[in-house]
Amino acid sequence: MTQKTVAGVNLEVTDDGYLVDSSQWTEKIAKEIAKEENIELNDKHFEVIKFIRENADSGLTIRKVGKSGVVDIKGFYDLFPGGPLKMSTKIAGIQKPSSCV
Amino acid sequence: MKKILILGAGTGGTIMANKLRKALDREEWDITIVDKHKTHYYQPGFLFIPFGIYNKQDVIKPKADFIPAGVNIIYSDIDKIVPDNNKVLLEGGKALNYDFLIVATGTRVDPAETPGLKDELWQKEIFDFYTVEGAVALREFFETWQGGRLVMNIAELPFKCPVAPLEFVFLADEYFTKAGIRDKVDITYVTPLPGAFTKPKSTKMLGELLNEKNITVIPDFYLERVDNKEKKIKSYDGQEVPFDVLAIVPVNKGDDMIERSGMGDDLNFIPTDKHTLRSEKYENIFVLGDASNIPTSKAGSVVHFAADVLFDNIQCAIKGRELRAKFDGHANCYIETGFGKGSLIDFNYETEPLPGTYPLPGIGPFGLLQNTKMNHYGKVIFRWIYWHILLKGKELPIENEMTMAGKKR
Repeated sequence: MTQKTVAGVNLEVTDDGYLVDSSQWTEKIAKEIAKEENIELNDKHFEVIKFIRENADSGLTIRKVGKSGVVDIKGFYDLFPGGPLKMSTKIAGIQKPSSCV
Repeated sequence: MKKILILGAGTGGTIMANKLRKALDREEWDITIVDKHKTHYYQPGFLFIPFGIYNKQDVIKPKADFIPAGVNIIYSDIDKIVPDNNKVLLEGGKALNYDFLIVATGTRVDPAETPGLKDELWQKEIFDFYTVEGAVALREFFETWQGGRLVMNIAELPFKCPVAPLEFVFLADEYFTKAGIRDKVDITYVTPLPGAFTKPKSTKMLGELLNEKNITVIPDFYLERVDNKEKKIKSYDGQEVPFDVLAIVPVNKGDDMIERSGMGDDLNFIPTDKHTLRSEKYENIFVLGDASNIPTSKAGSVVHFAADVLFDNIQCAIKGRELRAKFDGHANCYIETGFGKGSLIDFNYETEPLPGTYPLPGIGPFGLLQNTKMNHYGKVIFRWIYWHILLKGKELPIENEMTMAGKKR
């Protein structure tokens, strides 16, 4: 755990940069975290982020986001290139999804 | 007469039938188990078939041999569960009523979920080893193969026995070395995970082992489709990996019956309380093993540990008491690493695989996250244990709850 100031707010984050307390999240914070990942957030991003925050406890997977009706899997990759689930959850201020195998 | 109905006579269903029949009064409780197949497969053995270590006969026995007297067994397809009426409909319309239902219908591979997978190259140059047919076909392919690009790919998470594809590439390395063509075989491990495995310590240990054996790892690859013409697997973000032979773990799904019953998630796994193993929605339905959505490995060892918890909780439920036993997600997996050695991991919901000794602290005989001959013997002996002790619900000298004793952080 480390302390980090994002958008003027002092936040506790995990070693890989995920918010510890999801309730501290604001859109401003999201934009700033996204900038660190070289992503400029638009309305579509926020639609996806909304779905992700609402389904944070349901065992999110890329497949589940792809079936959300908000975005398909290809679109999800386009919005958050590389690791869409890892990146979108970080920006959405929720826990890093643990891949259960 | 009250009724317990078990769906699925695989590892979990068979263990429960044995445990419950021993414990419950025959005058009071009727126990019935339903499965569509008459053959019980020793699934951990499938892995060895492509390399000629086991053959088909080594991994099959009649299911009936393991179902105790006093349990009714019905061989039939299941149409659906009607949970609101405490009823299961079999194919053909026959209805079975229950007071308590245990769903243990497992997970299966569904290659049709991935475009191009079950196409012209299926079982010719693309194989799974999660079915006996796939494993046997792959052996026939390997027997005369001249070498080229061997790609092992995992299509989706979660999947059954998460160490199996790692073991597969380790055994392939040994097999082609002994065949004298290892220099002509390029082995690549392509996974949707960010590394060789899920958690940091085991990923590091297994990643180093892969590296040592000259096996390339391509992480963060989420399979979109298979191109049969170009012989490439393609990911959603445009990565491409060419293959000459593709070993694949297809998308895993729960039984179609779960979908017909309207009880599953998007992959037909049943939402289940990860501690009590009771269905999140229905008080008198329990879910054992791979059929559930609990966040641990889909593996026989998990089912075996979970069966103890489920047994206790069914006793509580029968008496109308609160469910007392709590499953910790315990999994224990031998990992064949080739050339007569093996590794072992032991973990649960909270604790990642750690180095140490098992089951006796400081003594072993098995080494956790170590590569030893003894671990390999553990795996070899396990087939006997499975048929003779585990399926019959007898006690093994290991605890169902994971322990920190013998582990080092």
